[in-house]
Amino acid sequence: MSTLLSDPIDLALPETSNAPRCFALDRRTFFKVFGGGLLVCLTDANVLAQEAGGGFGGRQPVPTAVSAWLQIAADGKISVFTGKVEIGQNIRTSLAQLVAEELMVPFDAITMVMGDTDLVPYDAGTFGSQSTPQMGPRLRNMAATARQALLQMAAKQWSVDAASLTIADGKVTNPASKQSLTYGQLTRGEKIVTTVSSTAPLTPANVWKVAGKPIPKANGREFVTGKHKYPSDIALPGMMFGKVLRATGFNATLVSVDTSAAEKLPGVKLVRDGDFIGVVAPDAYTAEQAIAAIQAKWTIPSQPSNQNIFDYLKNTPESGRGGARPNASVQPAAAATAQSADSQAIELAQSYTVQYIAHAPLEPRAAVAQWDSTGKLTVWTGTQRPFGVKDELVAAFHLDPTKVRVLQPDMGSGYGGKHTGETAIEAARLAKAAGQPVRLVWTREEEFTWAYFRPAGLMELKASVQHDGTLISWEHHNYNSGNAGLETSYNVSHPVTAYHASRSPLRQASYRALASTANHFARESFMDELAHAVAMDPLAFRRKNLTEPRLLAVLNAAAEKFGWATSRSTPTRGFGLACGMEKGGHVATCAEVAIDPATKSVKIVRVVSAWESGAVVNPDGLQNQNMGAIIQGIGGALFEAIHFADGRILNPHFESYRLPRFSDTPQVDIVLVDRKDIPSAGAGETGLVGLAPAVGNAIFAATGARVRNMPMAPDAPIPGITSSPFTT
Amino acid sequence: MSDYVLNVNGAKLKVSALADETLLSVLRNRLDLTGTKYGCGEGECGACTVLMDGAAVHACQTLVADAVGKQITTIEGLEQNGKLTAVQQAFLDVGAFQCAYCTSGMIMRATVLLHELPNPTEAQIRTRMNGNICRCGTYPRIVQAVQQASHSMAKGGAR
Repeated sequence: MSTLLSDPIDLALPETSNAPRCFALDRRTFFKVFGGGLLVCLTDANVLAQEAGGGFGGRQPVPTAVSAWLQIAADGKISVFTGKVEIGQNIRTSLAQLVAEELMVPFDAITMVMGDTDLVPYDAGTFGSQSTPQMGPRLRNMAATARQALLQMAAKQWSVDAASLTIADGKVTNPASKQSLTYGQLTRGEKIVTTVSSTAPLTPANVWKVAGKPIPKANGREFVTGKHKYPSDIALPGMMFGKVLRATGFNATLVSVDTSAAEKLPGVKLVRDGDFIGVVAPDAYTAEQAIAAIQAKWTIPSQPSNQNIFDYLKNTPESGRGGARPNASVQPAAAATAQSADSQAIELAQSYTVQYIAHAPLEPRAAVAQWDSTGKLTVWTGTQRPFGVKDELVAAFHLDPTKVRVLQPDMGSGYGGKHTGETAIEAARLAKAAGQPVRLVWTREEEFTWAYFRPAGLMELKASVQHDGTLISWEHHNYNSGNAGLETSYNVSHPVTAYHASRSPLRQASYRALASTANHFARESFMDELAHAVAMDPLAFRRKNLTEPRLLAVLNAAAEKFGWATSRSTPTRGFGLACGMEKGGHVATCAEVAIDPATKSVKIVRVVSAWESGAVVNPDGLQNQNMGAIIQGIGGALFEAIHFADGRILNPHFESYRLPRFSDTPQVDIVLVDRKDIPSAGAGETGLVGLAPAVGNAIFAATGARVRNMPMAPDAPIPGITSSPFTT
Repeated sequence: MSDYVLNVNGAKLKVSALADETLLSVLRNRLDLTGTKYGCGEGECGACTVLMDGAAVHACQTLVADAVGKQITTIEGLEQNGKLTAVQQAFLDVGAFQCAYCTSGMIMRATVLLHELPNPTEAQIRTRMNGNICRCGTYPRIVQAVQQASHSMAKGGAR
């Protein structure tokens, strides 16, 4: 019934924030909040030397530059605090395993506290497959230090040499006297701060007892009973429900608006600040009705569409990034095979494309915002970057960083698509204007339209190969989609690779595996074309040009499990393979497709994917991630594409934007190669990259038709792309 | 705004809602039964699947008025006295989820499937479950969990 004017907000957010990166809790606050016990703070050695004097075991202050911390409470409960977040990749479980291993306690003894900016130390975010290789060793180091501290505490209590004691299953034992003390008994009543100053001896993977095992998802029961509260499920007393008016297209200008009908709805408050128009209502349904009742007129400028996107991206450098394009020597128009002058080599040039696609996490963006009487803002939201969202809120509302708290409940996934804080800002804006907590959940259409996309990309490749299959030159240009996975692993002298940033007409950012999917699609399809050009088996051709042992190992493992040696393609059945490595993950994928020659329908019937990323922390979780990567990859490979024109998304619904379903799912076998001698790398992304080229190569093997555009068999023709002969 | 009495998970719940409001909106936003998820609002993803008189329906496509007088079961209503149903237990044992946002809908759909077809083939499971999306791509494990639940029910296990 009323119109509220919100405070002006800076929506142009700075690239970086000057928000302090210090740990918020001091020693007094810590023990007040958490009670007594042993507190182990992880910091780097230099900072520690300045702040705390090094060493451990003393009554030190809590250092301010902590990157994670661990508490053993008086009751023996162990809590680990990290800024990493759980988004379905099972990192809550696998990090707890690593800590349990080094602390020598059962898995269930560990509680992970994640993604709460008031309780955990600063962390840049959960992306780039960095949690396992970076946070994993840090937490192990911290836990190993705690173990040493506990041994010393027991040694002191019993007046014996710490080296004479044993430690297992959450207690320290003196074999001589048969005395034992649990960790809780050792730490009871104490208020001890220990900082990690040196690298403690870590337990090698080949003797792991808790890590390396297929432990089920932490708190799994909460998820099968519906009890877990996702960000969109958070409810607060007095909470209102918000909606935001969306423009009818990108870069729109508001011409006129009539909010009178909306304001007549019971309990509705209108929030207006320039072109930002939102509503809050006592119930979600009324909020929806109110936003729908607003009559707004927008003007939308002419903008690129699918029809001309690749020309546009190639010819529109991102301003401020080096200006004019370097001249690529690749000429895809002359894409035919050509004999070089000395007739010793075959030269080939080709171009490949990928479309914009959507992350489409099943839980759309959501936030619940609350301002308390002291002006402190608390937001529960689904994000891969709680501290990044905090920075955005600090900047948007001109707040002191101590006045903003962001909490990230384990969420309905992200796939790289939830790095930003727009929903948190919107909810906070509405809550501030309403003077009450507000829940804001984006609709599927909003998620499809106002989130960001996996970039479209154009890849131009050129290579020459000797008749015996030896690669002798290599050139690979990527326009717009990115440089991840751009470097070739094949042996060739002086390869030329270049990423050319473009000004994207659609909002684009990271997507699981980044540009590695596009670059592997191009490279591994092209490798297949080169193999056929010299009449070599695609596996033999790769082996001939590859010496990287870890990549060769997964290639051989996948080929063996798949039965590559005995697979013979026919017009109705095709076999293809691809491989690649990125971020410490090594993958090789073999695919079998069934083709109906009459309808040209393609069905992926079998996939074998071999994976190696060092020592396996949790084989069950790793298998699940790789399986998921293959199945998610099917969408981008065969049918996912955003259709857009003049600032509008034309297919912002599951009915028109098809995701992989049960009916699209082949038999999938994941082969895990466990290298206990190599530090564990992240595994959430790179498993995706082999599927599309393996399928494309299988289609070619069966039909002789090469599809160089992803998706390769879309339901509807994509403007600007030569129609694929294939359907699904 | 009208007053309705809904029979949810065996309890009669009074709720004020708008006549054309969906059952999903009422469950999530008025009754705080948030185990039932919003995924698309268009009946395309199955995240909001609940049981109404034993049949699986999309709560986002069901008006609250049409749910009056029906026995509604949501994910919160399956566990009895701390005991999971065979389907819930199988999803847990198999680890048939990643982010698990789809899990409520998957379990409700599988519950109906196994009631109608106690011993389904793999093809039947895929067909009957095809309206439910798992964006994380956990389909093979979900099929495995439904098969495992079928076996455990055949052995005279849980409901």
